[in-house]
Amino acid sequence: MKSYLLPEFIIERNEERCIRCRVCERQCAFGVHYYDEELDKMFSDEEKCVSCQRCVVFCPTNALVVRPNPSQYKLNYSWNREKISDLIKQAETGGVILTGSGNDKPYRIYFDHLVLNASQVTNPSIDPLREPMELRTFLGCKPDALALKINSETEFIPNVMIETPIIFSALSYGAISYQAFNSLAIAASKYGTLFNTGEGGLPKELRKKYGRNAIVQCASGRFGVDPEYLNCAAVVEIKIGQGAKPGIGGHLPGEKVSYSIAATRMIPEGTDAISPAPQHDIYSIEDLSTLIYTLKEATNYEKPISVKIAAVHNSAAIASGMVRAGADIIALDGLRGGTGAAPKIIRDNVGIPIELAIASVDKRLREEGIRNRCSILAAGGIRCSADVVKAIALGADAVYIGTAALVAMGCTLCQKCYTGKCNWGICTQDPYLAKRINPEIASRRLLNLLRAWSLEIKEMIGGMGINAIESLRGNRDHLRGVGLHEWELDVLGVKGAGE
Amino acid sequence: MTRIKREIYEKEISACSLFGAMNRNKERFTGEGVISAIANMHVRGNGLGGGFAIYGLYPKYKDCYAFHIMFERRNKDAKKETDAFLSMNFDLVYDEEIPHGDAKVVNPPLVWRYFVIPKKRREEENFSDDDYVVQKVMHINTKIEDAYVFSSGKDMGVFKGVGYPEDVAEYFFLDKYKGYIWTAHGRFPTNTQGWWGGAHPFSILDWTVVHNGEISSYGTNRRYLEMHGYYCTLHTDAEVMTYAVDLLMRRQHLPMSLVARIFAPPFWELIDRMDENERKLLTELRMVYAPMLINGPFAVIIAHHDEMIGLTDRIRLRPLIAGVRGEMFYLSLEEAAIRLLSQKLDKVWTPNGGEPVIVRINR
Repeated sequence: MKSYLLPEFIIERNEERCIRCRVCERQCAFGVHYYDEELDKMFSDEEKCVSCQRCVVFCPTNALVVRPNPSQYKLNYSWNREKISDLIKQAETGGVILTGSGNDKPYRIYFDHLVLNASQVTNPSIDPLREPMELRTFLGCKPDALALKINSETEFIPNVMIETPIIFSALSYGAISYQAFNSLAIAASKYGTLFNTGEGGLPKELRKKYGRNAIVQCASGRFGVDPEYLNCAAVVEIKIGQGAKPGIGGHLPGEKVSYSIAATRMIPEGTDAISPAPQHDIYSIEDLSTLIYTLKEATNYEKPISVKIAAVHNSAAIASGMVRAGADIIALDGLRGGTGAAPKIIRDNVGIPIELAIASVDKRLREEGIRNRCSILAAGGIRCSADVVKAIALGADAVYIGTAALVAMGCTLCQKCYTGKCNWGICTQDPYLAKRINPEIASRRLLNLLRAWSLEIKEMIGGMGINAIESLRGNRDHLRGVGLHEWELDVLGVKGAGE
Repeated sequence: MTRIKREIYEKEISACSLFGAMNRNKERFTGEGVISAIANMHVRGNGLGGGFAIYGLYPKYKDCYAFHIMFERRNKDAKKETDAFLSMNFDLVYDEEIPHGDAKVVNPPLVWRYFVIPKKRREEENFSDDDYVVQKVMHINTKIEDAYVFSSGKDMGVFKGVGYPEDVAEYFFLDKYKGYIWTAHGRFPTNTQGWWGGAHPFSILDWTVVHNGEISSYGTNRRYLEMHGYYCTLHTDAEVMTYAVDLLMRRQHLPMSLVARIFAPPFWELIDRMDENERKLLTELRMVYAPMLINGPFAVIIAHHDEMIGLTDRIRLRPLIAGVRGEMFYLSLEEAAIRLLSQKLDKVWTPNGGEPVIVRINR
């Protein structure tokens, strides 16, 4: 069938600059570039291009430009180019359209409508270059009060300490390459924070070295869950949902399930790894409680148990139930959270923005007097250190970063994660592509990211006259809304700028 | 379901002068010295608030709760309603208008004192007297319009108003009273409207707080206190401090030495180097009470019977000086004010940031 799709991108090659080194050809797993020996010329198959920009970056003579194809259908706000293209794809294939990474639709990004405070006159701002500035954070349930009994072991619910309120989000081995997974583990352990294994297990050889910096997931497929896996970790997380695909399970196709992935996930090599949409032993809140306490039993009550949900309409009520069910950490994944593969229609239409979810969950837990009994982790759409500060001021204890970590390693958000052909070596199991990530270098990029954001956070809170991150938590007085409706200010619990 | 509206409030920002004096032998002394000391720091205030707390004030009624209650705009209905409420819930031992003269104070309200004994009904017998009194005070403050309780402790009282502290003292003839602890406050709010109830000291039962500073963790502290049933209706930093003291010391029975470490904890880099027991205690303290860290500049003098405490924030963004002469102990924002009372001092020092000065009665 002749495809009616317009090529999404055009590739401009400056022939004067091109030296026919064929780097572009070797770098592109999608097979866009090819060399014609007779003509001694490079050509490109533009329909295949995903605009990952790998060839552009690696072209030694800067001979390439990849940009959106300017051809367009007649302007129509309802039937825009994306709607028409998606419909053509479905008419030609009869399938569900897949995509990767997070929601790219222009839903309001509340972070960009919140501004921060700074001290002037009545309260001195604090200079982080001269004064201590503390970002240390504890994740887990805190008792209502400290019982001070001399010589008695106060029964203390375990907490995990992190040196900066930034954690790497769930990125499973299988979805991402071993090298990328390893890089996250190295960076987290060097900085004193955590990485999340996702639902693909934790390779045995990494457990001893990086287990204490790992949040291990127990998801609906129960891949890779064994007693050692649970007990080597800092936190065990029950994954109920994901911001990119609330209500949807996962599917790692058999061709990606190599020997090592099969061993880690404890499934036969080459079989599809299917995560059901719900956890089939959790059909209600009391079932969740059973699993939470099963995991607590399995880990001797030594680790906080996290429960991750996608931010949806009733998150506040659900979160309150989760805390009462025994969750020590509530992880909320918002509308813009990423994925390795999801139906596009789900990614783009299901869930609520994380900012609103943080605010409403934090408020509900406070109203019920149980906010201290859990930590809130916010995920989905954290792009810079200011987003971290705003998320914490709205009520989060710390944030998960997934997409931001991938971008630090090279990802350019081409959204083709589901193809397994990631040219940046991140979201692929092809050994030729995966070796493009050198864990030593990629972990340095991640460490730099953590360091840079932490420094910026210190600058921002110092400006507010705060020298410990805990004094920012839920401190919405330091936020003001710009360009928001009254109901949005109500939900966020912030004043408008100038109020 | 009706939508819960976001709150829009004006937070009061103010700077201040503080002074505290205590006789450790519990010998009562008159207010002249303290009044002159706080007047010596005149320029730290701007005439929009001054006040005093005095302990050992009413030995004749020392077993009664002494309520100082103000009625704004001298509202007779508020007084009537309060009288009715009090006689329903307490046995009234004695009451009178607090004597006053003429002074440069703004719009003085009617200020009355009542000496009362709780009259608990059967279902209230489980309450301790203190909890019972707190509940009734909260009722008067929130439910009776134009009535506000300055103080509610035994054998102590708070006098405060809008004006310079020396004028407030003159208005209430404070030079005639005697006590063994005096704390004083002169206020410099950045907004113009002064309200008598908004002046310091803030007090609940026999706890009083005089405070100088702007708390940058206000939002975090306020929302934590709300979880414990304290609603900060006055939107002043000192109110947060008062409720925090009540929660941690009276309700949770934490000693002042630990409360100081909750308000102004040592830095992690210091904690990490402590020996194991201390490190464990401070780590847990910071973990559990993280929302009670008082961040931003403050100096505070907290008092209750038998004890006076001075504390600054952990990086000491506000001054505080301590001085001792014989049995007299002084806390002040400025050394000059102490020297005014006692030229010679046995000891005078500047406590480190976050390091509490705790003075107790000699036993």
